[in-house]
Amino acid sequence: MAPRLRRNVSTQDPQHPAYAAGADPAPGVGGGVAVLARAGTDDAGGPAAAGRGAAVRVRGLRRVFGEHVVLDGLDLTIAPGEFVALLGRSGSGKSTLIRILGGFDDGVEGEVLAARRRSVVFQESRLLPWKRVLPNVTLGLSGRDVADRGRAALAEVGLSGRERSWPATLSGGEAQRVALARALVREPELLMLDEPFGALDALTRIRMHALLQQLCRRHQPAVLFVTHDVDEAILLADRVIVLTEGRFSLDVPVDVASPRRRTDPAFDRLRVTLLAELGVDDLADGSH
Amino acid sequence: MTELISHRDVARLRTASPGPLAAEPAAAVVTTPGRPPVVLVDPTAGRRRTTRRRRVPPEVRRFLGPALLFALWWAVTGLGLVSDRALASPAAVLGAARELWRSGDLVDSLGASLYRVGAGVLFGVGIGLALAVVAGFFRAASDVVDSAMNFLRTIPVIALLPLIIVWIGIGESAKIFLITVGVAFPIYMNTYAAIRGVDARLVEAGQTFGLGRFGLVRSVIVPGAAPGFLVGLRWALGVAWLLLVFAEQVNTDSGLGYLLNSAQSWNRTDIIVLCLVVYGILGLVSDGLVRILERTLLSWRRGFDGT
Repeated sequence: MAPRLRRNVSTQDPQHPAYAAGADPAPGVGGGVAVLARAGTDDAGGPAAAGRGAAVRVRGLRRVFGEHVVLDGLDLTIAPGEFVALLGRSGSGKSTLIRILGGFDDGVEGEVLAARRRSVVFQESRLLPWKRVLPNVTLGLSGRDVADRGRAALAEVGLSGRERSWPATLSGGEAQRVALARALVREPELLMLDEPFGALDALTRIRMHALLQQLCRRHQPAVLFVTHDVDEAILLADRVIVLTEGRFSLDVPVDVASPRRRTDPAFDRLRVTLLAELGVDDLADGSH
Repeated sequence: MTELISHRDVARLRTASPGPLAAEPAAAVVTTPGRPPVVLVDPTAGRRRTTRRRRVPPEVRRFLGPALLFALWWAVTGLGLVSDRALASPAAVLGAARELWRSGDLVDSLGASLYRVGAGVLFGVGIGLALAVVAGFFRAASDVVDSAMNFLRTIPVIALLPLIIVWIGIGESAKIFLITVGVAFPIYMNTYAAIRGVDARLVEAGQTFGLGRFGLVRSVIVPGAAPGFLVGLRWALGVAWLLLVFAEQVNTDSGLGYLLNSAQSWNRTDIIVLCLVVYGILGLVSDGLVRILERTLLSWRRGFDGT
């Protein structure tokens, strides 16, 4: 595929609702995502967002590829500091939503507003193989203290001393931690993670969960965490949303006492509910 | 219950006759009541490295091939298997080299040829790179440039020689032009493909983290396309030396090709072989230069080096 250097604006509908709605069309950060100020005058937000502004506000979002409706009239509000997990079977449109909020998708319909400072952690680390770890973390940043900020972010993910390593020499978990540092060094108001631990082994994954929780407590970004792992969603999120065939079919708060344990009956009840929503009933005994 | 069986007895296993116990069993039969017996064999049998193999350094191994060729040449000429007329001996070639070095002919020829190749490669790389960048970055330009380049690529460059002579005569610029054209194509083809082949996911990541157009080109596209460009460069240098020989057959009074042609009319096989050796060395040197360039530009790669 060709590198996308140009945004092919001419193919878009000029009457595009995403452009008509809200603020200026996101200078520099591409796509049809408009800027949402953190202290926005937000009156139509959901219950969680009321009076507190929002990091994401989506109204009637539709995305159609040819004949195929991938996202069909989504409404979503994420409050600042809120951790939302998005579950869905593969092909349900989870990644499409992330791409839209990230600003990579021009062909959207509906109101799409997302915080101006936002970062993404992808399933693959997507580190530039020809840059050492530190320049990868500080990619695209400018200013005098950038290197120090990058070093601090690496220290936060436990990778002090690896500043000069090449990405090819990192393990999968280390590479994902660098990707986390690269996302967090920008102090995002909205942090999006697209199945970030999907390719990691089970032990590394447990460690990454703890690290992510700790980092989110410290930095307080709004988080949209895409995953297909129900347990992971319940462990980490304040709220879980299930995307089924382009629509949100379930939106539940996670009322499990922390520290959350898989053996907690509340944990198990929510797991059964979510698995059923995802169309997996035969594991109703909760063990797998 | 486990029985240990020596190498010698593995063949006899089928008859299930128990052999004497060996210090290092090569196979074992495990029998569990109620189950068929399982024969266990050592997967590394016979291929175990008992002592550390003495490793020949790669530089030495690399040198070995040419050295063998040289020895063969020496033997064939020294034993009188071919006449001196047909193939000069290494000593005769060395003598010719000394003679031409003293007279200054060798240095002059070498200088003239290096100048032609250098200028041709410089212009060719410049043009090929410029076209590849334009076609790689702008979709509209790519439609025009790429189809044109693909059409022109099918014409053998040497077939252009008559046209070049009509256009710009038979002087120095004609020779440089021929090499320029020959070099531009491999540079263009490889660099264009490399730019288009840069991982779109990395471009997307760059955009996410606030790289502008220029930043994307500098931090993502150029380093991503560098390996392809270097492949093109290596190929282009080979083409350049090839075209030099052709270019120097046309009305020249200097250069290695001129020396080669003259030696043929003087019936001096020692000089002919000397020229061939010089071509070979020049090819090796230019390949080594690209290798050094690869090592510095692509130090981030941890590619497969072979075993």
